[in-house]
Amino acid sequence: MTRRAAYEARQKRRANMIAGVSTAVVLALVVLLVPLAPGWEAVRSSFFNGEVFVRVFPDLLRAFVLDVAIFAWSVPLIFALGLAIALARGNTNPALFPLRIFGAVYVDLFRGIPVVLLVYLVGFGIPGLGLPRPWNSPYIWGTVALVLTYSAYVAEVLRSGIESIHASQRNAAICLGLSERDTMRYVILPQAIRRVVPANMNMLVALQKDVALLSFIGPVEILRQAGIFKSLLANFTPYVAAAVIFLCITVPATRYADYLMNRDRDARS
Amino acid sequence: MPDPRLSLRGVTKSFGEVQVLRGIDMDIAAGEMVCLIGASGSGKSTLLRCMNGLEPVDDGAVLLDGVDIAEPGFDLGPIRQRIGIVFQSFNLFPHMTAYENVALAPRRVLGEDARARIEALFARFGLADHMAKYPDQLSGGQQQRVAVIRALAMRPQTMLLDEITSALDPELVGEVLDVLRQLRDDGMTMVLATHEMAFAREVADRVVFMDQGVVAEEGVPERIFSSPEQARTRQFLASVLR
Amino acid sequence: MKTFLTATILSLAATGAFAAGHCAAGKTLTDGTLTIATGNPAYYPWVLNDAPEAGEGFEAAVAYALAEEMGFAADAVTWVRTSFDEAIQPGAKNFDLNMQQYSITAERDKVVDFSAPYYTAPQAVMTTTPVVEGGATATMESLKGLKWGVVASTTALPVVMEQIQPSQSPLVYDDNANITAAMKAGQIDAALFDLPTALFTAAVLMDNGVVLGQFDPAAAENPDQFGMLMPEGSALKACVDEALAAMTENGTLAAIEAQWLQEATGVPLIK
Repeated sequence: MTRRAAYEARQKRRANMIAGVSTAVVLALVVLLVPLAPGWEAVRSSFFNGEVFVRVFPDLLRAFVLDVAIFAWSVPLIFALGLAIALARGNTNPALFPLRIFGAVYVDLFRGIPVVLLVYLVGFGIPGLGLPRPWNSPYIWGTVALVLTYSAYVAEVLRSGIESIHASQRNAAICLGLSERDTMRYVILPQAIRRVVPANMNMLVALQKDVALLSFIGPVEILRQAGIFKSLLANFTPYVAAAVIFLCITVPATRYADYLMNRDRDARS
Repeated sequence: MPDPRLSLRGVTKSFGEVQVLRGIDMDIAAGEMVCLIGASGSGKSTLLRCMNGLEPVDDGAVLLDGVDIAEPGFDLGPIRQRIGIVFQSFNLFPHMTAYENVALAPRRVLGEDARARIEALFARFGLADHMAKYPDQLSGGQQQRVAVIRALAMRPQTMLLDEITSALDPELVGEVLDVLRQLRDDGMTMVLATHEMAFAREVADRVVFMDQGVVAEEGVPERIFSSPEQARTRQFLASVLR
Repeated sequence: MKTFLTATILSLAATGAFAAGHCAAGKTLTDGTLTIATGNPAYYPWVLNDAPEAGEGFEAAVAYALAEEMGFAADAVTWVRTSFDEAIQPGAKNFDLNMQQYSITAERDKVVDFSAPYYTAPQAVMTTTPVVEGGATATMESLKGLKWGVVASTTALPVVMEQIQPSQSPLVYDDNANITAAMKAGQIDAALFDLPTALFTAAVLMDNGVVLGQFDPAAAENPDQFGMLMPEGSALKACVDEALAAMTENGTLAAIEAQWLQEATGVPLIK
């Protein structure tokens, strides 16, 4: 071991020790002090009731399958529409100017409206026009609301990705005789999409949580199932259980997005 | 001189307030190799980009086989297959392998699966083992050779080469210049903006010295390098050949 | 006139002071004041015009009668608004009593205190004329085939699941307004409410609402009984129960029910 390596190893050991001790102290303070709060017993039995947790967990997990299903069928629609909007906004053909305006209005509109309002407006409003079953289903129109909002975000992310590709790439393709269309399809888009994967991963994590908003228009997914249990048992533990289930999905997904983002940054520097 | 392959007549070009080309007249014969020399900012790159319509000219004519491709609104798509261009910064597509970089345009534009022809090009320029590699797995010299192959795969009649060795480490310049010697031996019409004075002197049929947006002096390399007529040519050569 | 009013208020206040001293003294949030919570908004026919201070509507009228019985003058009653969650969450409460059609259940009773019931609510089925024209009748057999909607925080969901056992899983909503919207959108055929709420919703909120029938509360295993919700271990509970017993005894409660929930009669029983 060189002198330098020995020094660095010492420094690292020291840093790890300090980190370990400070973490242990904070944890100990939380564990020791919180239960001393006068209301702790009430909070514990209301939010962290083991008996309730065990009783509701399997049902909540079953309800979560619906969240995953809604998520799964929304994602392809979101990306297809988001891509279409991004391309509509980026086109420079004067004949397609209306499409460009439409793209801009679409993005402003649906990014500006809170998802939950859109879920109500689309979920109750459009079927209220008199659609027959099954076309008035809250699953369909709730999904539409999610797709409208998230495709607007994805469109902006993709557009920023497209704009981040250096003009020299486009020049190289055009000079080979490729059409604008082929240039976008084969040269610009594949690079742009790759570049915005981390941003889109974060979007997907947010979407997975927002799927729960569909419960407002009827579907009994995990948040609603937890609400039903809360009301039945007059206890908030079902919400804590639902949060645990959400975290099991969203924490690894967020970490993975961070990992991709770091890798991307390292690759570019 | 027979009908020139490419002719420029009174070409001007400005970027905003800055006039980069101030009336260029030039004829390039089929099979000729022309080297553009001059200081950075003298207008060499812009001139090359005007020759294939990548930069639209403000005024003047660019005649390719007698057809004015600088006519505003002219469809440049088919023209670009006939004029290949290679850039200083390679501009390979980083998400494609070397082979895919080359095969894309023949497939999409010519509707041709040019596998055999492309493999032959890779072999000829010493890259047969590197076809499946991505650009970031290749050296600068290798990348630039792939860029040349990519342009050649479209079977251009004319090649424009924009300082293609300037971004390379010195030890990699030679392999790229070798490629150009081979092309010259094939009889390819080439216009080359370069800082490689020795190379220009060796291979060029004609050397054009540009200064502040005009052709200051032109002639066979021997004369330009050994007895330049213009004071500014002498000055430039003195500064680069020092 | 003015003198008379002043005299009345003075005498009420006097009796109030006396009676409050008798039982509820020192047991309310603010001494001498009874703080009662209702929903936000509070719905007809429980509270009229979302204005409980007026004493109109069944629960508002019961509240003032109860206050009087407990010895609080009308102007010693303060109203606050809470959601269901605020009422059951741990920690200090901002009300003495919470009245918003809380059904008394054993699970809830573990967390909060309930008064003796002040109303026994039959569960009723609300639907629309197109559904009735489509052949829906007040029989269990017919109800099974309907698409159901219920409010999450009510006891309607267990009733639907256990008694009706519908062929399609029910949709669940936050409140009556959303049920109404879903029914107007044709997403659900039927909803289960307590009878007064069903009658009001069908008549006022829906254009084509119909109350198809009610479940016989006498026949139900656990009839839906509304109780006033109080914080767990409330010292006031004994006083409230005592007052409610007196109001049942002397017919006050029945009279209020007759006045505000009169339409509740004449709805067919579900067979």
